[in-house]
Amino acid sequence: MSKLESTWLDLRCLDDLANQQTVVHSLNPCSKLLTTLAFSVIVTSFSKYEVTGLFPLLLYPIALITLGKLPYLQLAKRLLFIAPFVGFLSIFNPLLDQSLFAVFGPFSITGGWISFLSITIKLVLTVTSALILIATTGMNSICTALLQLGMPKPVAIQILLMYRYLHVLLEEFLRTVQAYQLRSFTAKGIHYHAWGSLLGQLLLRSIARAQRIYQAMLCRGFNGQIPFHSAASWNKSDQAYLLLWLAFFLGCRLVNIPQALGKLLTGGLS
Amino acid sequence: MHMADALISPVVGGGMWVAAASLVSYAAKKVQQDIDEQKVPLMGVLGAFVFAAQMINFTIPGTGSSGHIGGGILLSVLLGPHAAFLTIASILTVQALFFADGGLLALGCNIFNMGFLPCYIAYPFIYKPLTGPAPSPGRIMTGSIIAAAAGLQLGSFSVVMETLFSGISELPFSTFVLLMQPIHLAIGLFEGIITAAVIAFICREAPDILKNAALSQPLGSLAIRKVLVIFLTLAFITGGALSWFASSNPDGLEWSISKTNGEEELTATDEIHEFFSQLQEKVSFLPGYNFKQAATTNQPVTERSNSPAETAWPAVDTGTSTAGITGSLVTLVLAYFIGKGLQVAAKR
Repeated sequence: MSKLESTWLDLRCLDDLANQQTVVHSLNPCSKLLTTLAFSVIVTSFSKYEVTGLFPLLLYPIALITLGKLPYLQLAKRLLFIAPFVGFLSIFNPLLDQSLFAVFGPFSITGGWISFLSITIKLVLTVTSALILIATTGMNSICTALLQLGMPKPVAIQILLMYRYLHVLLEEFLRTVQAYQLRSFTAKGIHYHAWGSLLGQLLLRSIARAQRIYQAMLCRGFNGQIPFHSAASWNKSDQAYLLLWLAFFLGCRLVNIPQALGKLLTGGLS
Repeated sequence: MHMADALISPVVGGGMWVAAASLVSYAAKKVQQDIDEQKVPLMGVLGAFVFAAQMINFTIPGTGSSGHIGGGILLSVLLGPHAAFLTIASILTVQALFFADGGLLALGCNIFNMGFLPCYIAYPFIYKPLTGPAPSPGRIMTGSIIAAAAGLQLGSFSVVMETLFSGISELPFSTFVLLMQPIHLAIGLFEGIITAAVIAFICREAPDILKNAALSQPLGSLAIRKVLVIFLTLAFITGGALSWFASSNPDGLEWSISKTNGEEELTATDEIHEFFSQLQEKVSFLPGYNFKQAATTNQPVTERSNSPAETAWPAVDTGTSTAGITGSLVTLVLAYFIGKGLQVAAKR
């Protein structure tokens, strides 16, 4: 499957997920956005050798995935696409950082491996939390939330229009590339003879489409302003959601829960 | 070239967020001042165009590999720098949200690296002077190749700096730069050639589009210079000074808490401690699995101990590690079951 096709399917899939009706979906987008941002900050604020302290934070994605009825597999697939770049940068840690961390009989664990593990967990946490946000909220609601938080209106309009036409253009590009491939004998990629003309044709078509859209907007009374529907109301449940998660994140940050639990169970405290 | 959340520190991420947010609101103000309201749908559609075009693979002649278009320079040529910057920012936002390319905290870094640098540096200072007011196909070719390559070089260098200031990756500066810059020079040249091919095609087939774009976007040189100075200073302050501060106090949050408490750890009173140790004797189902004694006989070997921060770390304590691993496993199981329990609760 080409990247165009998989992107298009992913967008559709996330849109469908965002249209569900669950407890998480019905929350105020603002509180979900703020919670996600706080989560990212807390996760990244852990030291680079922290592994165990990050585990309790897994409760956040797990709880939201189950409550929001999201498919684990879909999120895991996305994670695999992102992994290479981060893996490339962090795989040097075990090679360069040889300081001893712990010894278990014949095995010794170096700091490099610990930091590598830490980066991997952080990657899983941050990537899933971002995907969960979009899969439980949807683009329109996130834009209204961003507006409420002070994002300039032209930016919100830009994101929404772009997102709307992304679906249309992806479909069109998919057809164009398919048509090109059916008529060419090389299996992958566009030959350099067609670089300018293929993309240029698509560009001209897109600009013509933008002009038609503009005319359609004028017909519907566009005067340079795009009205936004008013933001969702902020209920007590939204407040509770935000505050409870914030308290949980801070608790995880200040107390190493697995360490404390382990000590309690193995008798390390006495 | 997307920075990922897992590789940056909150200080760098937050600093770049502030810089990117100010840039975005500046660009939004500039775009609003532009009377051409036809640009509203055009920006949206061109954003979608670049997003989708990045997924098309172009075969690199003579090699088995393929590359794709960048977009920063092409959008600047078609829309002018302010609208192009906003468009790139919107593309990166959608990529961060839907495809987790980069991440939410790293979004500021990515907007700066892939939006600000090509639109506000490479386009006005490289592309514009090289192509001049009446561009010929040859000039467009050189202009866009050099501008795209330079924009990407600046961007990848910025990735290196942001990663270094975050201090998560162990890669030393020189190795990292030597890894990143040549790869991105090749990618940049390739992106430049595709950009040039597209602009040349538009020049031939629909020259009006480029003329309109060039006319409707007078680039206030004074304003741009002011913005540049402000944001470079901002970036240096946040990146340099704050990271230095953060790395000398590796754990900012703990540090601030110890400051507010005046103590490193909260000390419990004897009675509470007594109660909990009694409670613990009852709960601990794995007593005696504590390797603390063994750890003290196996003295930790720290290979590098240059700075005080490093001598303080790592505290090799197998007892703590075992407790950590046991606790982590229990935590994972707990997290899973709490999640499942929530699902059951939600169904009722």
